[in-house]
Parts: sequence; C-alpha cells; structure tokens
Amino acid sequence: MADMTVQSLSIAQIKRRPSVGTLRLAEAIIIPVAALIVSALIFSIFLLVLDKSPITFFTLIWTGGFGSSFSFQNTLQRAAPLILTGLAFAVPARIGLTMIGGEGALVLGGLSAAAIAIPLVSAGVPAFLTLPVMAIAAMLAGGLWIGFAGWLRYYRGVNETISSLLLSYIAIATMNFFVEGILRDPASANKPSTMPIGDAYRIGAIPGTQVHWGLAAGLILAVVLHILMTRTTFGFAARVTGGNARAALAQGLPVGKLIVICTMIAGACAGLAGFYEVAAVHGQANASLVAGYGFTGILVAFLARQVPLAVIPVAILFGALNAAGGVIQRRMGMPDATVLVLQGLIFVVLLTSETFYGRIPFLQPKRVEDRT
Amino acid sequence: MSRFEISRRSLIKTGLAGIAASALPMRIATAASPVTVGIVYVGPRDDFGWNQAHAVAAKALKGVSAVTVVEEENVPETDAVAKSMESMINLDGANLVLATSFGYYNPFVVDLAKKYPKVEFRHAAPLWSKDKDPKNAGSYFPYLNQAHYVNGVAAGLSSPSGKIGFVAAKPIPSVLSNINSVLLGARSVKPDATVRVIFTGDWSLPVREAEATNALVDAGCDVITCHVDSPKVVIQTAEGRGVKTLGHNASQAPLAPKGFITGAEYKWETIYKSFAADIAAGKTLPNFLVGGFDKDMLQNTAYGAGASDAAKKAADAAIAGLKKGDPIYKGTLKDNKGNVVVNKTYDNYDPYLDGMNWLLEGVQGSIT
Repeated sequence: MADMTVQSLSIAQIKRRPSVGTLRLAEAIIIPVAALIVSALIFSIFLLVLDKSPITFFTLIWTGGFGSSFSFQNTLQRAAPLILTGLAFAVPARIGLTMIGGEGALVLGGLSAAAIAIPLVSAGVPAFLTLPVMAIAAMLAGGLWIGFAGWLRYYRGVNETISSLLLSYIAIATMNFFVEGILRDPASANKPSTMPIGDAYRIGAIPGTQVHWGLAAGLILAVVLHILMTRTTFGFAARVTGGNARAALAQGLPVGKLIVICTMIAGACAGLAGFYEVAAVHGQANASLVAGYGFTGILVAFLARQVPLAVIPVAILFGALNAAGGVIQRRMGMPDATVLVLQGLIFVVLLTSETFYGRIPFLQPKRVEDRT
Repeated sequence: MSRFEISRRSLIKTGLAGIAASALPMRIATAASPVTVGIVYVGPRDDFGWNQAHAVAAKALKGVSAVTVVEEENVPETDAVAKSMESMINLDGANLVLATSFGYYNPFVVDLAKKYPKVEFRHAAPLWSKDKDPKNAGSYFPYLNQAHYVNGVAAGLSSPSGKIGFVAAKPIPSVLSNINSVLLGARSVKPDATVRVIFTGDWSLPVREAEATNALVDAGCDVITCHVDSPKVVIQTAEGRGVKTLGHNASQAPLAPKGFITGAEYKWETIYKSFAADIAAGKTLPNFLVGGFDKDMLQNTAYGAGASDAAKKAADAAIAGLKKGDPIYKGTLKDNKGNVVVNKTYDNYDPYLDGMNWLLEGVQGSIT
C-alpha cells in the first residue's frame, strides 16, 4: 500500500519534471558553459598576475572575434579549415579510433589538387570542370592516406594513432619532395611551389562575404556526417564497433569495412581542406600548406566531444580566439602564446568537467528512492 | 545541440562584452598619429634570428615621434596573414604595412594592396614586379651576402685551419649566395680556405641543426655559421663544442661569449625609418628598395672574443670596400662540379646573381 502511494507520487512528480532528454541536453549545455566560465576566471587570475586587465582582454576577444562584420568574417575564415580537420578526427573517433593524421591528409590533398591542375590548366580545361577534378583528387588522396592507417589498424593491428602521426610526417616530406623536385615551378626560386593555377581557376568568396567556399563545404559536411553517424544504420554499426569491436564482430558487423570507410571519410574531409587551401587561398601547393590545421582540428574535435555537428561552434570559437589573438598582441602588447595558454586552459578545464556528467543532482531524473 | 552551443557562446561573449562596456569605454580604432605602421612576423620576435632583426628595427621605430607601431608575431603564411594585415588596417588604422616573411607576398600582400589602394604595403624580399603588381605595394631587401662576405674575411684570419662549416636550410639562391660569399671572403685572405655545407631541408629544424653542427665540427671545421631562421641552436652547439662562430640575421653575440667572431646582420631600421619619414612628409615611398653596406642596410655584429686583431682589421677594410661598391663575384670562378659560372666582374646587385644555383669550387656539399 505504502509502495503504491510512493509510486503514484513519483509518477506525478516525473510528469511535472522535464523529460530525461531535456535534462541530458541541459546537462550537455550547462557543463561546458560552466567550464568556459571557469577557464575565463582562471585565465583572469593569470592576467591579473601579469598586471593586465581581464576586462580589456575579453573585450578585445569580442572586438577581434565577433565585434564587427570584418571581425566575424575573420573568425569564419579561420574556422573554415578547422571544421574540416575537426571532422577528420571526429568521424574515426566514433568508431573508436584516435586518428591524428589530418595534417598529412590535408597536405597530400592540397598537393594532389595542385598536381592534377597543372595538365588541366595548361590544356585550357574550363574551371567548372577542373575544380571538381581537383577536389576529387584531393579527397581521394586524403581518403586513401588515412584509409591506409585504418586498414593497417584492422588488418595488421598497427596502432592507428602512431601510424597516422608518422604518416603525416611522410606526407609532408612527400609534398616537399615533389614541390622542390619535379613539380616545382621554375619561377618560384626562393619559395619552391607548384605552378600557380591562375586567377581564372581560383575559387572566390561566398557572395556577400570575404570567406571562401571551404566554410560552406565544412558546414554541409558536418551536417551530413552528423546525420550519417547518428541517424543511419551505418552510423549505428560504426558506433557499436566503437563501443566494443569484438561484440560488433560477434554480431556479424563488417568491422574491417566500417573502419576503412570511416577513416577514408575522415581523410577525405582533411584532403578537401587541402583542396580549398590550394584552390581558394594559395593558388598553388607549397610548404605553406603545413599550417597546423590538422593538429588544431584534433583539439576542436575533442572539445566537440566528437559530435560532428558540435565541431562547427567549437571551430568558430577557435577561429575567434585566433582572430582576436592578433588584436590582443597589438593592443595589449602580449605575446602570441597568450591565446594558446587560454586554449590550453579551456581544454584542460573542459576535460575535467567530463567527470561532472551524471553527478549534478538537479540535472538528474528523480528516482523513486529519492522520495522515500 | 549545436544550435544551443552557438547561442550559448554568443551569450557568454555578449554578457562579457556588456560587463566590459559598462565598466570601460570601448576602445575604438586608434589612428591618432599620422603614421601607423603594422608589422607582421612569421615567428616569435625573440628568435635570435630573422624575426628578431625586424623586431629590433620596430623598437627603434617606436622611438620616432608621430609614429605608432603595431606588431603581430607567429603569423603563418596562409590567409591568416591577409586577415592580420587587414585587421591592422581596419582596427588600428595602419597606413603602412610591413610584411616580413617571404611567403606573405603572393597572393596575400598583392591582393590586399589592390583592395586597399590608400594603404602602403612593403614586403621584405625582392618580389615586386613593376608590370604586374599594384603601385602601393613594393619590396625592400638588403643583400645580406655582403655581410657574409665580411664574415668570411674575419673567419679566414681567425681560424687556424681555414675550414668553415655552414648549416643551411634550403638550396635556394639567397642561401647559396651567402655560402659562396663566405667562401670568397675567406679566400680573399686565406686562399686555401674551404666551406663545408650541410642542408637541413627546412627553415626551422632545431634537432637537425644541432646534428649538422656536430657533424661539421667532427669533420674538422673550426668556425661554424649558418643560414636558418633562428641561428640560436647552431651557435650554442658550436660554442659548446669549443669552436668559433659567425652569426646570421641578428646578433647572437650573447650566445657565444668565447668563440663569437662577428655576424652578418640586417639593419632594417634604416629602411623603416626612411619609410616612416616619407609617409610623414607626404612623399611617395620607393617601390623597390635594395641595398647593402652602400645604403647602410647591413651591419656586422661587434667583434667577439673569437676575432683576431688581423681579422678585425681586414673585416673593417672589407666593409669600407663594400660601401664603395667593391664587387664580390669577379674574375673566373668555377662551381664545385668544374663548370665556369662566373667569367666577368658582376656588380653586387646583378640580376644574374639572384638566380644563383651553384656552389663554388671550395665549397664541399651538393645542392641536389
């Protein structure tokens, strides 16, 4: 009798309380926000110790990152490659792999795009045909590169973190080899580069903005990959594999195939970032492709908790911090490392905040025992 | 979820900005002084090398009245530099932008110069082309090989063996010219001097630079110099091995109290001050400014403990000669494969020398 009273009471309680889904969402928002605030507070102490004003600092982050149309476009432009390289880490992470080779895939993607453009441009093939071919070449190169690390993982048991990192160095060396060797434009004396694709073949900005189309590609891919990884049987199978590869095998899932496909998707994302660096930014391939986007993408994906859609806002946050970093250097006379310190701090605090999931009382669904 | 994330981040930012705005008047773009110079560096300002040489000049420029200097370091050679420069123009009111790294020029400086025709852009490498590039862009570049020639002279008279080791980044003309000039300088006072070169393959590879330095010392070189972005590692390693050193780009004298002879240094200050003065006076800036000792764009680091008295005297004489325009590449010179590469006297700024792709006889090493 007593039991029944308690139960009916709790049902009534539950009905008035938010659903479990809402609570989860609230948790997923409140914890990172609190982490960001805590990082800002800790960083303020750091600034006060250096005798700098935290108010000026955060005002400048706003001014430099979001404060005007120019600043926001600056942010978006810096975010564009990070969305793609963030995805290159996030997608394999869903299948349980720590693939940190995005840098190499980006560099090789850029090199392939520039290399395939040389005969096409000199033959006068129109840009609307040349650019897709370049993009496909870049995605293939990146996809095969990271796909190879995935293949090694499943079929040869090679640790994918190590192999993808080492493959990055090989990719950079390969790029240097070709750019300083057979693909070198003889006119590029002091900075070896491939033949420029020329202005007619350059991808312009998204109309009405100064941001190149790589941003749009990143946004679309983030949405598509989010749906793929969360709303399809493929994504489900990948997540099951990520959760427990042996169990997935026992269920008859094609684990090897799933791994290779996920890693190829990841490599293709990074390769595409390389394509935009060549087609929209540099107009040729050279050592400037090695700008660290692949490695920053790892950080972005980590903070996005490997959720493809969440990569977008995190990449924008990083873009803003980088964009504002310049203003902070100029106005406050602080070194470039300042923003890196803040980024590192956010990273550590956010990782620490992971332990609070499921532990904050008011964000948990009420249990029957609570009432007794 | 991400929709919420966007708004929550904007929310924090708005909140913080709100608090800040209520506490402080927002800083607006400042263009109080008639000349605002924006300088972008590819690396840190205290790298004991290329960037430091520019930063020293920037500091000198700050001392000039009516000149504001804004600086940004560690700006990569990607579209980030375009945005950094644009931000200096839009937020700080810069009317002269100095882009100090080679890869900043094409396409970033060129595109931005077209976009902001009223802002002057100058780039620290001889890349500006009269026919193709905008008139508000330009190049400035001192021929550092002249100072390396002086280094060679001083080394020839400070080294017992006459064997000089050279740690180089990439086999590109500007590096090759420095290597060849060290050799010619050394041979001008010690005809059997040699230079042994190791290419590391990139501008900043500290581990490989240390290995190369050790290898050169092991091979018998008793003077070490280099052409890499930051000579710090090379100079320190060589000092640790007890051999003498020649500097590059900026002053490395503090790194080698025992073995430092002298160093090839840029004097960007001359150029930067002349640009600022031209803008303040409303004059047109030169589009293409190159020079050496003759235009006070170079200097050699004050002699260190490693320099012999004879070396100091000969090096001073060499500087005096270069100021008058004495040529470095003259007579008949063969490369180290036996081909004649110089068969007449070349002016120190002859375009032929800009395309140098050979190492002279007496240099041990290969560019391929």
